[in-house]
Amino acid sequence: METFLQLVVNGLGKGAVYALLALGFVIIFKATEVINFAHGSLVLFGGYLVVVTRESLGWVGASLVGIAGAGLLAVVIERLLLSRSKLADPHSLALLTIGVDVIVVEELVRRLGVGIPFLGEAWDAKPIQVGGITLFRTHLVAMLVAAVLITAFYLAFKFSNWGVAMRAQAENREAAALMGIRSRGVTMTAWLVAGLLAGVAVLFLATQDFSGAGLSRGTHAIALAAFPAAILGGLDSTVGAVVGGLVVGLVEALSAQYISFDFSKSAVFLVMLLVLVIRPSGLFGTREITRV
Amino acid sequence: MSELATRATVTSASAKAPAKPVRWLRLAAWLALLALLLVLPLYLGSEWLKAGQWMMTGAVGSIGLTMLVGQAGQLSLAHAFFLLMGGTTYTVLASGTEDGRVIGFELNPLFSMVAAIVVTALLGLAFAPVSGRLRGIYLGVASLSLVFIGLYFGQSADRLTGGTSTGRTPAPFELFGITFDNSGGLVVLGVPFRQAEKMWYLYLALTVIAFVLARGAVNSRVGRSWRAVRDHEASAAAMGVSVARAKAGAFAVSSAYAGLAGVMTVLWFDILKPDENEFGTYGINVSIAYLAMVIIGGLGSIGGALVGALIVFGLPQVLSLYSTQLGIFTGSGEGAFTPILVSTFVYGAAIILVVLFEPGGLAAIGRRITGGLHRERKKEGTSR
Repeated sequence: METFLQLVVNGLGKGAVYALLALGFVIIFKATEVINFAHGSLVLFGGYLVVVTRESLGWVGASLVGIAGAGLLAVVIERLLLSRSKLADPHSLALLTIGVDVIVVEELVRRLGVGIPFLGEAWDAKPIQVGGITLFRTHLVAMLVAAVLITAFYLAFKFSNWGVAMRAQAENREAAALMGIRSRGVTMTAWLVAGLLAGVAVLFLATQDFSGAGLSRGTHAIALAAFPAAILGGLDSTVGAVVGGLVVGLVEALSAQYISFDFSKSAVFLVMLLVLVIRPSGLFGTREITRV
Repeated sequence: MSELATRATVTSASAKAPAKPVRWLRLAAWLALLALLLVLPLYLGSEWLKAGQWMMTGAVGSIGLTMLVGQAGQLSLAHAFFLLMGGTTYTVLASGTEDGRVIGFELNPLFSMVAAIVVTALLGLAFAPVSGRLRGIYLGVASLSLVFIGLYFGQSADRLTGGTSTGRTPAPFELFGITFDNSGGLVVLGVPFRQAEKMWYLYLALTVIAFVLARGAVNSRVGRSWRAVRDHEASAAAMGVSVARAKAGAFAVSSAYAGLAGVMTVLWFDILKPDENEFGTYGINVSIAYLAMVIIGGLGSIGGALVGALIVFGLPQVLSLYSTQLGIFTGSGEGAFTPILVSTFVYGAAIILVVLFEPGGLAAIGRRITGGLHRERKKEGTSR
């Protein structure tokens, strides 16, 4: 029982980070209907900036630079590439982001070389014991930060002008534009927010407590696990992203313990397959209706 | 993606019925290319032949994927999984038991190759409950799960795959009593026919068969039903196309092509070695590389897939062959620009450029050129 509780706690801790990443997918998808395959490279870019700047700026400064940098890269990708091809449909733009991802990741991995630095030095190490359960600091901070950010996003989405504009655009792009909503601004902020969230997430991803490995190509691979999180929750549901993230975290932790560590990566995807076969647009996603 | 693919075929439809001379010209060009490919082994060194075989492996796999993604409109990132399954089936059936560590049946290699194609086709069919229900990006990410299943299979089924640390050797291919290795003293026109030359002809034969069959499928009733389903499922169903069957069929055919490409992959490496992580010979990066070939070539275009394979699989080979001659890319280790890295940049950029400026891919550029030729001929015709 104690092991089980321990696993649930670990799973939720990791799940919080996946939720941050999955929320990024969902925000971009809601605003533009584009799936951002370059999300992993935003993650890696944020982490890389932290590594480069922390000598001179210290951890806090470097983290801020990393988060801002990831957001900026997202905006640059959107402004420079995606906004130029208004005629192309969202699916081909998704393919375009694959091209972006390939280039950014290869270059960053080349720059990182053999060093795989850890990022979470502000809280890493020294776990806390509560009863028989070990709480990793990374997980605690991640859950706290995720809770704050996701609540803030949710409130902004529900009540702010930006949120209204965003929801209007997600509902019907043309009608929103006709009502005077600037799609340009909405789209850009959606990418910015998604990038910032990716920049926050990487601070937790490349730590001892999360993956046991530093910033490397593997970090990009871990970010891929947020794909199933976003999809099984439903690509256009913010609640779905959070639930999906937690499900992925739990499935990974439980299957690594009870089946095998090697299997845990496939387990996440298998659970996603199962959900998709039963509900083709995810747990909370809107169903597509076809009319002839 | 469907819009992208539609645009690609709208242009193809307009160029579908070229004037007779153009059609003959095109056929003559294909035959000239084939003749060139047939005599190349007499002039090229074995390292160039080896590079060519790798491009042909990519060509077979990308022909299969372009039918699925471009013609049938189903995005798939699962290609690497079917490569692994094809390669494993061939190796298990054709190879021996070696030291008793692995299972092997020592069956006829040709039979094993066919069996590998059948097995991967069936695996593709088995994915029908998923591929039939999902569309677009959802299907793309769902199919990605097969790559992770393949990764786990490679790690855990080491009696079949030989395990991630050592792998196992596939039996050399054999046909009509000829073994496709360095044995035998066959000499043609003063050129000794060793492994590289024999394998070149084997791979060329497989690529030509794959190409001709795919062209046939695309131009037939089957291809029409795929395109109908891609463009609008409901109206396809209303016109009497069985949507579920068309979707499952396209997935099975594409998997079978990937299975054959998998056999070609293990024969090329002369080893079946499953990946330790998701970035190996059968990893996500390979799935993306195949998708890149298809996008760069122009979704749905069989000829485009060939050119895509030439760029994505050919470039690293050619660059590394030249690098030893020219002394570029000599750096290694940390921060080095390797041929593989440089060609990854090139195809990443090519994807971006194609989506931004020429959604029909290189195939559309080709059509524009031949279309231009066509128009000029017409002009000549009227002026005369």
